[in-house]
Amino acid sequence: MTERQFVQRFDWGLLGLTFILGIMGLVTLYSAVTADAQVSQKILVIKQMLWFFAGLMLMVISFLFDYKTLERWATVIYIVCIVLLIAVLLFGKYVGGSKRWLALGPVSFQPSETAKLTVIVMLARYYAKQISTKGFSLQELLNPMLITAVPFLLIVKQPDLGTAMLILIIAASITVFVKIEHRSFVSLIFTALTAVPLVWFCLKGYQKQRIMTFLDPDRDPLGAGYHIIQSKIAIGSGMVWGRGLRQGTQNALSFLPEQHTDFIFSVMAEELGFAGSLFTIFVFLLLIVWGLNIAYGCRDTFGTVLSVGVTAMIFWQVVINIGMVMGLMPVVGVPLPFISYGGSSVISMMMCVAVLMNVSMRRFAIE
Amino acid sequence: MKREAFNKYLKTADKDWYKRRLTAGMFCVMAAFTVLSVRLFYLQVIEGEEYRRLSENNCIRLQNIDAPRGLVFDRNGKLLVDNRPSFDLSIVIKDAGSVKETLEKLSRYVGIPEQELTAKIEAGRDVPAYKPVLLKQDIDRDTLAAVEVHKFDLPGVVVDTRLRRQYVQRESGAHVTGYIGEINTDEIKSGKYPEFRVGDMVGKFGVEKASESHLRGKRGGRQVEVNAKGQVVRVLKTVDSEPGQNIYLTIDQSLQKKAESLIESVPGAVAAMDPDTGQILAMASSPSFDPNMFVNGMSREEWDLLVSNPFRPMENKAIQAEYPPASTYKIVTAIAGLEERVIDENTTFYCPGYYVYGDRIFRCWKKTGHGSVNVVKALAVSCDVFFYQVGQKLGVDRLARYAKSCGLGDLTNVDLDHEAKGLIPTSAWKKRAIGVAWQGGETLSVAIGQGYNLTTPLQMLVLTAAVANGGNICTPLILKSVETADGKTVYDNERQLINRLPAGKRTLDIVKRGLWEVVNGRSGTARIAHADGIEISGKTGTAQVVSRKKNDNRYKKNEAAHLKPHAWFVAYAKSKHSQIAVAVIVEHGEHGSGTAAPIARELIKSYMRGGTDSEYVSKNTQYNGFETGN
Repeated sequence: MTERQFVQRFDWGLLGLTFILGIMGLVTLYSAVTADAQVSQKILVIKQMLWFFAGLMLMVISFLFDYKTLERWATVIYIVCIVLLIAVLLFGKYVGGSKRWLALGPVSFQPSETAKLTVIVMLARYYAKQISTKGFSLQELLNPMLITAVPFLLIVKQPDLGTAMLILIIAASITVFVKIEHRSFVSLIFTALTAVPLVWFCLKGYQKQRIMTFLDPDRDPLGAGYHIIQSKIAIGSGMVWGRGLRQGTQNALSFLPEQHTDFIFSVMAEELGFAGSLFTIFVFLLLIVWGLNIAYGCRDTFGTVLSVGVTAMIFWQVVINIGMVMGLMPVVGVPLPFISYGGSSVISMMMCVAVLMNVSMRRFAIE
Repeated sequence: MKREAFNKYLKTADKDWYKRRLTAGMFCVMAAFTVLSVRLFYLQVIEGEEYRRLSENNCIRLQNIDAPRGLVFDRNGKLLVDNRPSFDLSIVIKDAGSVKETLEKLSRYVGIPEQELTAKIEAGRDVPAYKPVLLKQDIDRDTLAAVEVHKFDLPGVVVDTRLRRQYVQRESGAHVTGYIGEINTDEIKSGKYPEFRVGDMVGKFGVEKASESHLRGKRGGRQVEVNAKGQVVRVLKTVDSEPGQNIYLTIDQSLQKKAESLIESVPGAVAAMDPDTGQILAMASSPSFDPNMFVNGMSREEWDLLVSNPFRPMENKAIQAEYPPASTYKIVTAIAGLEERVIDENTTFYCPGYYVYGDRIFRCWKKTGHGSVNVVKALAVSCDVFFYQVGQKLGVDRLARYAKSCGLGDLTNVDLDHEAKGLIPTSAWKKRAIGVAWQGGETLSVAIGQGYNLTTPLQMLVLTAAVANGGNICTPLILKSVETADGKTVYDNERQLINRLPAGKRTLDIVKRGLWEVVNGRSGTARIAHADGIEISGKTGTAQVVSRKKNDNRYKKNEAAHLKPHAWFVAYAKSKHSQIAVAVIVEHGEHGSGTAAPIARELIKSYMRGGTDSEYVSKNTQYNGFETGN
């Protein structure tokens, strides 16, 4: 690709959307961590900016490679990812009752974040080779199931149910996209329907309890249920125009749990109101439509499935996170892409964008 | 062939196919985002007013409901550890209006200096404004009454009822029950206490720590709506707390008290066990401390006094302190000698009062010598020369194997924490730990329980009990049973055999005869322990301490006292109905026969007769160096 082609084919629109979201995120983050003057943590904003910068750097580096390199290296990436997931179980840091963080020198990161992308790449490679209009049979789906199950189980073990479920949902989305044979689809649904009561029967009392609270936060009025009520009060009190940055009382008085990570959308809705939060949702929608469009424009199957997978990952994280803080979904620790604080999340989202851009840029390349 | 290729062509996913699938996906995305937007609209626009109102006072709050911690009883159901209601005075800054004015008034009503209150507010700056800041813990009834009377004049001031741990028996049994304290950050970070928060109380020592998971209840709480003054308008939801489980110890509190009164005036430990079941009947360590100090808070000076006391009141000497077992170890040497057949019942050695090994002279404690002795007599008179020779024939490593099989040098796994392991030296150990090869002469010291040997009183008790019960080494038990608050038994202990003593019945009978002679024989070393009507057997010990803690300058003041040897006595007794094994150590008590044996005798008498007679006065063992010197 020549320099000129590079500039011409560069997906400026996608980069623009990413920037808008990043800036919305940094502004909300600034408000969330400084509103309570007594425990101001401005440093987190700086850190988040550094993460974005690091993400951009990685993105630029990734442009040097054709995304088809991923196809070739998929197995190696997958194995490294599994090793990291095992390492985190063995040497990980205990934070709040689970082992999710692996320390690498001065920085620590969550291997489960990279697992999402890795599974997408692996599945894209497998499906791209065999895709046909008749869809995949049960037998052909065995391999993808295994690819998903290994990281899924390792992440359940941490335990990080949110990320594990997310991987499952992303994998399912990709699989539905590449089509499942009609008969296989029916039998899969049937198996699932019979398995659920069976598994339920085998679970212990406290495990059932945990799943019930997960599905219905109201059963835990002192924990998840309380957080959701406070989150709904925060969002609702924002009304149409919001209370203004750093003016949110729910935010300032630390009523919201994890106000700079999982519940950051509540802060945004409280302070920027319906106008601001609807705008953010709209930008997310544009980004996702953009991603699907890239998938459509791509000429090779691997690129198409890869783009669909990456877009599905962004889509689900947005829907699950915003749905959760508004009390529509179970309470799970899924960060809001580009907005929530956290290095692993920012980097992995920037990688998603990098993949989409790569596909978008090289769709004309002829091999 | 052609047809197949054509079929395949038909099934190849083309641009159109992808378009259809992507369009379907697009619809799903649209649907999901519509739901999100509608929900957002509902919350912010339709219900916005209501939520804005709720947010103005941060109306919805959580209140804790503390779970009562399990109670602790002795084996007969006597209450040892209780919870008492107490009242804490706090203030919620956000509801207080003018904080300064409110504190001024509060200070006037209850008589706490205003500076003290302001200091608490300063210290609690990290507490969110809607959460209570603690002003004074455990206020008395008068203060409570004053606050209640002026309630409406004191916005934001709240009184919380909390349960406070109360150690009913105070100093008695303190080392066994232990105490609780505020959880520290290290404990929270360790991941062992997942449901704990800063400020929670957690077991720190003794049964309180070891049985934390039984004793701890489950915290409850209330979701409430409050008005602008912070008063609860309505309770939205309640989750009841669950009380912890009650524990019955194997300890017999009256025997425990007796043991404590016997060792009160000297530093040391007494432990007693039912040799058949392994249940600990009493475990006293002297000096003791009052665990209530940890609950009610103690001053810096009180704490310093506790930790700097040279007699280590905070240590449970029965399991944490390691002493050379001295002559009580001769039980092990005798067993090893008999089992390995280096001696038999009739083997005699002549004791002229010393034994020459290489170019060194090893003395017997009796300068004039014991004459010709066999193993029974050697145990009875505690002849060192006899056991030097048995040890020499066995060698250190063979002897160590027996000692370890007897449960020495390793944890007994009693249900208490901080247990010490002790040490049984071997030649390999010395090479590793000190880097010097084993000297033959050292074997002689080890054979009479001196040298590197270290044991805890509890280990010696388990060994004694095993001799008494015919060879079963049991895990010592402290928990008798555990019940839920509504009386359902969730744990009931059972004897746990760790091992058999490495001794056959013949060997045990010989050893037992020797131990009987110690107390009842004409020349036994512990004739003082003889009690009419009770068959007591035992073994004395006098542990040299000269090399121990030589450089510890805390002892300088009591130079002479701290050089005196420790006094040991282990014993067992059996009557028709009951039996007991006892281990006693008196630090710097000089001779086992003089100080330790009478304590064991009185304890056994008290247990066998089922009463507490006060005929024995601890004056016999009056110890002049016990005061801490200040």
